[in-house]
Amino acid sequence: MTIRRGRGVAAINYPTGMNLGGDPTQALVHSTPTGNFMVTLSSVDLGQGMKQIMAQICAETIGVPTDRVVVDTADTDTGPHCMGTFASRGTHRAGNAVIQAAREARQVMLEVAAEELEVNASDLETDGQGNILVKGAPQKSISIFDVALSAHFKRGRSISGRGMFLIPRSYPEKETGAMKPSTCYAHACTVAEVEVDDETGEVTVLTVKNVFEIGRALNPKMVEQQLVGGSWMGISHALYETTEPYYPNRDHGGTDFNQYLMPGPGDLAETEIIVLERPSADGPYGAKGPGEMCANPQIPAVANAVFDAVGVRIDTLPITPERILRALKAQAN
Amino acid sequence: MAKVPVQFTLNGSEKAEFVDSGTTLLNALRDKIGDTSPKGGCQQGTCGACSVIVDGELRLSCLTLAETCNGAAITTTSGLAEGGVLHPLQRAFLDTFATQCGFCTPGMIMAAKVLLDHTPNPSREDVVEALSGNICRCTGYEPIIQAVLTAARANSQSAA
Repeated sequence: MTIRRGRGVAAINYPTGMNLGGDPTQALVHSTPTGNFMVTLSSVDLGQGMKQIMAQICAETIGVPTDRVVVDTADTDTGPHCMGTFASRGTHRAGNAVIQAAREARQVMLEVAAEELEVNASDLETDGQGNILVKGAPQKSISIFDVALSAHFKRGRSISGRGMFLIPRSYPEKETGAMKPSTCYAHACTVAEVEVDDETGEVTVLTVKNVFEIGRALNPKMVEQQLVGGSWMGISHALYETTEPYYPNRDHGGTDFNQYLMPGPGDLAETEIIVLERPSADGPYGAKGPGEMCANPQIPAVANAVFDAVGVRIDTLPITPERILRALKAQAN
Repeated sequence: MAKVPVQFTLNGSEKAEFVDSGTTLLNALRDKIGDTSPKGGCQQGTCGACSVIVDGELRLSCLTLAETCNGAAITTTSGLAEGGVLHPLQRAFLDTFATQCGFCTPGMIMAAKVLLDHTPNPSREDVVEALSGNICRCTGYEPIIQAVLTAARANSQSAA
């Protein structure tokens, strides 16, 4: 019996969204009478932080602090259409829609401010703190609070905007089948170090070093949070998780959390995360989708590390002790 | 079926309810009393999301019958903040980004509170042990471990 050590590397590229059937998301933005801004979406925040990111994008575009923006993702019956929060598309698709809606709302806001200040709207700028100033003459200014009051109660304007983002459907070329499934790709590379017990087949992941290229990190702490959790989940997929360990046979499939295995807080590999930012051309403020791909490169990296350690190729997930021992036995024969 | 009276203290205030015999503490808290901070994850004691503190001990409220809690002092995550000021554990979970979807968070905080109540200066191993009955899908656990260690340091500094 020997504990054998191995190291594996894997690199991936991962599409943001999917345009095989067209991939639209729409957004609406409007101001309240006191100059707060409401973003209405049907896109869902399921813990990935979408509301925070959309608030940042809207605030940046209109020129107000983020805490002046409220994001409502409540209801797909009443909200503007969204294809859904999947395929790592939320930030990219909804973010672009929010930018378009927020630009239109900003334009109305500046027009109302221009009437109040008796200047041309194109001569105005925002200070990001809730005020609109005349370029080059910042002493001449009006608060967005007062602009919203004026729009609602004096000028009869709706400070609002409509936004939509649609990646058109991509059809395959008849001759070659070539098509464009996505316009924007995130990338990642992982190096995993493992120990494999060649008597029990047990794998221990010692270290995982990940580099992620995700466009611009719109909220760096939340990106890091998602990447750390995703790296853990990648290892979980590589070594533990399955509902059908003898697929297509359903036998021995886990039916509860005692049997559906995942690494617990005592099973964590030493994890390193490095973020590279190369802003994407068509992303909102350069963002790509860091969502799903953060749990991908660990899987082939661990498989390669197991091969490096004990010389067997496991091509079925998860890489269980049983699969390793069977492969070792087959190799010995 | 005859209802059963249950009476206990929840986060310092008296509660009295009639429940069906066999009602779990989790359902009594959520559906009868309206404290939805304990979460029903697996309903069979394997995920820890329903954890509450009963007379100083960590309990899985999905496996605890409400009628066995007569006269008990029960603490849930919704009772931790005082006068709008977050408990150090809540503060630390926010500051270290230890929550994403948030479903496991109240259970994690309960488990961590019982740990810190008994072991104010825990080692990393102590924290791992204390959290080992709670499942998280999003964070990879490391930020949660760091949150508990951060809260312990904040506690010991404020005590010093």
